[in-house]
Amino acid sequence: MSVVRRIGLALLAPALAITVALVISAIVIALIGENPLDAFRVMTDLGDTPAQQVQSIVVILNRFVPLFLAGLAVSVAFRMGLFNIGVEGQYRLATILAAAVGAAVVLPGPLHLLLIVVVAVAVGALWAGIVGVLKVTRGVSEVISSIMLNFVALGLASYLLTGPLRGSEEGASVVTTTPIAESGWFPDLNGLLTGLGLAEPRSDLYGFLVVALIVGVLVAVLIKRTRFGFDLRATGMSPSAATASGVDARSMVVKTMLLSGAIAGLVGLPDLLGDTHQFGTEFTAGLGFLGIAVSLLGRNSPLGIAFAALLFAFLDRAALPLQFADIPSSVVTIIQGTIVLAVVIANEIARRLALRSAERAGASAATPPPLSGAGGDTPPDDGPGGGDQDRTGQPGQPQGAQA
Amino acid sequence: MAAPGGAGGSPSAEASAADGTPYAVELRGITKRFPGVVANKDIELRVRRGEVHAIVGENGAGKSTLMKTLYGMHRPDEGTILLDGREVHFRSPADAIAAGIGMVHQHFMLADNFTVLENVVLGSEPTRRGRLDRAEARSRIVDISDRYSLGLRPDELVEDLGVGDRQRVEIAKVLYRGATTLILDEPTAVLVPQEVDELFSNLAELKREGLTVIFISHKLDEVRRVADSITVIRRGTTVGTADPRTTTTKQLAEMMVGSELPTPETRTSTVRPTVVLGVREISTLNAEGRAVVDRVSLTVREGEVVGVAGVEGNGQAELVDAIMGLRPLSGGEISLGGEDISHWSTRARRDGGIGFIPEDRHRQGMLLDAPLWENRILGHQTRPPAAKGPFIDRRAARTDTERIMREYDVRAPGADTLAVALSGGNQQKLIVGREMSAGPRVLIAAHPTRGVDVGAQAAIWELLKDARAEGMGIVLISADLDELIGLSDTLHVMLRGALVATLDPARVTPEELGGHMTGAATSAGAA
Repeated sequence: MSVVRRIGLALLAPALAITVALVISAIVIALIGENPLDAFRVMTDLGDTPAQQVQSIVVILNRFVPLFLAGLAVSVAFRMGLFNIGVEGQYRLATILAAAVGAAVVLPGPLHLLLIVVVAVAVGALWAGIVGVLKVTRGVSEVISSIMLNFVALGLASYLLTGPLRGSEEGASVVTTTPIAESGWFPDLNGLLTGLGLAEPRSDLYGFLVVALIVGVLVAVLIKRTRFGFDLRATGMSPSAATASGVDARSMVVKTMLLSGAIAGLVGLPDLLGDTHQFGTEFTAGLGFLGIAVSLLGRNSPLGIAFAALLFAFLDRAALPLQFADIPSSVVTIIQGTIVLAVVIANEIARRLALRSAERAGASAATPPPLSGAGGDTPPDDGPGGGDQDRTGQPGQPQGAQA
Repeated sequence: MAAPGGAGGSPSAEASAADGTPYAVELRGITKRFPGVVANKDIELRVRRGEVHAIVGENGAGKSTLMKTLYGMHRPDEGTILLDGREVHFRSPADAIAAGIGMVHQHFMLADNFTVLENVVLGSEPTRRGRLDRAEARSRIVDISDRYSLGLRPDELVEDLGVGDRQRVEIAKVLYRGATTLILDEPTAVLVPQEVDELFSNLAELKREGLTVIFISHKLDEVRRVADSITVIRRGTTVGTADPRTTTTKQLAEMMVGSELPTPETRTSTVRPTVVLGVREISTLNAEGRAVVDRVSLTVREGEVVGVAGVEGNGQAELVDAIMGLRPLSGGEISLGGEDISHWSTRARRDGGIGFIPEDRHRQGMLLDAPLWENRILGHQTRPPAAKGPFIDRRAARTDTERIMREYDVRAPGADTLAVALSGGNQQKLIVGREMSAGPRVLIAAHPTRGVDVGAQAAIWELLKDARAEGMGIVLISADLDELIGLSDTLHVMLRGALVATLDPARVTPEELGGHMTGAATSAGAA
C-alpha cells in the first residue's frame, strides 16, 4: 500500500466526520430559524483589523494549549486500551494544589515555576495512579473508577477552595486561592508576535505553548520510538500477545495511568500561570472531557491531536462573536458534539477500509500460492479457542472467507 | 498427474452417471471471488447417490469455500449447482437444508447445557399446542439413532459427552432435518484414531441406507480408507478425480501439492547430556482451585525434542503457560540451565533463552493490526536488533524482518505489511523465524504447524530439526500424532493434567498413542 494511500485513509475519517458534523449543524441552525451560512461566516471571521486578527489567533492558541495537553493525556491511556475519563478531576485537583503551593512560596523565577509544575504533575499522576492501582489489585474498571474519582476530585477541590486554601475576602462574589507571586508567572510570547511584525494583541500569548509542544514531541517519541512505548502499544493492540511477549500487564497499567495523569496535571497550568495566577470558582472547567473528544478526533496520534485541538479551539473562539451576531453560541457545542459522534463512526469505517486494503495487498502478494489465507479454509487441527474460527462459519459474511 | 481417472477432464453436458441416473450432487464451473482473490475457479464435482465422496486438498485450497457454496452460505459468482439433475439456487443454508443437504461443521455447534434431544431438535422443534413435543422428538431421534447405529442417549447432557459422541449428535441433527446428502468438514481433525474408526463405521451405515456423504479432508490415508471416489482440489480449482482402490497415498499427495509429501521423521539422535530445562513436580490451579497441571515433571536436554501428547484440554496449554511464567505455580520448580527460574517474570525467562511458539498465534503470538517489523520486535523488545538502549531500533528491526522473510520464506509484500494480511502459514513462519533468530536454549513449541499448509509444515519441521541438531532443546506440544512421533526423542502423554505415560517414539504407533491419550491403555504397557 502506497504511503499516499495510507495517509489518505488516515485523513479520511476526520475529514468525513467534520463534513458530516457541519451538515448536521447547518440543519440544526436552520431549524432554530437562523441562516447557517451567516453563522459559519461569523465563526470564520477573525476580525477586520490586523490587531483584531492577531487577538483572535492568540485566543485560539491560548485555548489550544490546554486542549492539546488534555488530548495527549487521554491518548496515552487510549493507546494502551485504557479509558482515562478522569482527566477532568485530575487537572482540577492538580491545578488547585499547584496554585496553593505556588502562592505559599516565593522563589527565584524558574524555580518557582518548576515547583508549581512539579506539584501539578505529581498530583495528577497520583490521582490517576489510584485508578491504575484499583484496576490491577481489585479489578475495578478504569472507566468506573476514573468517573467516580472525578466527583471526588471536584468535591475535594471545592472544599479546599472554600476552606483551607481560600485566599479571597470573606463575602467576595468569586472565591479564589491566594494569587501566585509574579516570580511564578509564565513569561508570555508577545515578544515573538511583535518580533514577527504583528500587532501587539490585547491578551498575552501563553508561554506554556512551548511547554505543550515539547510535551507533544516527547509523547510522540515515547510512544513511537521507545521500548516502553512499544510495550504500551502492544498491550493496547493485544493484551494477551503482549503478556506472552513478556510485558508485565499490571505494572504497565499503573505506569500508563501515572503518565496519563502526569500530563493531565499540566492541563490547568496554561491558564493558571499565564492568565489567572489563582485558582477560583471561575477557573476553566470541562477541559478533561473535551480532551476525550480531541483525542478521538486526533486518532490518538500527537500530530492528529494537535490539529484536533486547534479545530476545537477555533470553534470555541467563535462562541463570543456568535452571541454578538445574535446567534446562540451553543451552535459551537452542537458542532463539537456532532464531530465527536461522527468521528467515532468514521474511524470505524476507515479502520475497515484500511483492513480490507491490507488484506487485499496480502492476498495479492502471497502468490504462489495465490489463495493462501484467502480460501476461508479453517485450519484442520485448530481446536476450540483458536483465533481463526471466530471469523469463519458465519453465514453470508464475506470477511469470514478472508480470515 | 497421477490417476486422473473417473469423471475428470472437460465438463460433460449430461448430468448423469454411467448408468443413466442423475448425480446426487453436481457442480459445474463454480467460481467464487472475494475482494482481491479468487477462492474457487471452475470447480467441477460429481457425486453419485449413495457414495462417500472425498474432497481433498491443502489448507487454503478452497475446500471450505466450495462447501459453503454448496451449503448456501454464499452464492457462487459463476457456475451451476445441480441436485439429482435439477438446477438449484440457494439463498441461505435453510434452502440447502430444505433440498436435503446437511452440514456437519468441523467445530461443533452444540449447546453444552442442553441434552442430546434438545440439541438435535433445536431450531426445528416438533410442537404440540405450542409446546415442545418431547415424545415425538424422542421417538424420531431413537429411530434415527437405531437406523444408523449412532448409539445416542437422548437425555444425556452434551457437556458430559466425548468428542466422538458430540460428532454423532451433529450427524443426528443433520439427519433429523431430513438430509440425504451430508457434508462433513474435516470430521477427523478432532478425533483420536479409535474415534475415527467409529466414525467410519457410522459412515458405512449411512451409505448402506442410501445417503450420500461428502467428506472433506486432507488426511490421505483416511480418505483412501473411507471414500468411494475422490476429487482433488489445488489452488481453488479441481485438478482431477481419483479412484481410492487404484491410487496410492503418494499419488494423491502429488495431485494435491504437486510434489511429494514431507515427513516429520528424524532418525539419528542428537541428544546431549546437558539438561537445559528442568520441570520438577509443577502444579497449577484453575479458578476453582482444581489442579489443571498436576505434579508434572519433564527434563529437556540439549538437542532433545520432548513431545507432549494429549487430547486437547488436558492441561497442555496450562503447562506451556506455567513454563512461560504466564500462570502462577502452586508447587514445584522450573529450572533453566540449572538456575531456578520459578519466580522469574515472562520477560526474564524469554531473555534467559526460552523461545515461544504459542498455540494460538492470533491471541498470543502476533499483533494483527501492526506491521510485520513490529511483530518481529514482539517478545524481543529488550534485545538487538529490536532495541537500542531504551529505544526501538526501527531500521535494524525492519532489516531483520526482511532477512526473516527471505530465510524463512514468509510471503508478504514487505516489512510494513500488516500481519493480518498474511495467511496463517506465513504468519506462523514469521513467528518461527523470529523465535529462532533469538537463538534460544529452549523452544516451547505449541502446535507449531497447526493450520498451516503442507509446504509451510515441511519448512517448519526442517527448522525444528536443524535447531535440534544444533543443540536446542525443544518442548513440542501437538495434536498431530505423526508430527509428535516423528519429531520427538521422548514422548510423554498428558491426561487430566498429569503425565500418564512415557513412550518411545521409535516404536509407538499412532493407535497406541491414541489409546494412551484417551486413557484406554494404561501406562503399564509403556516403554
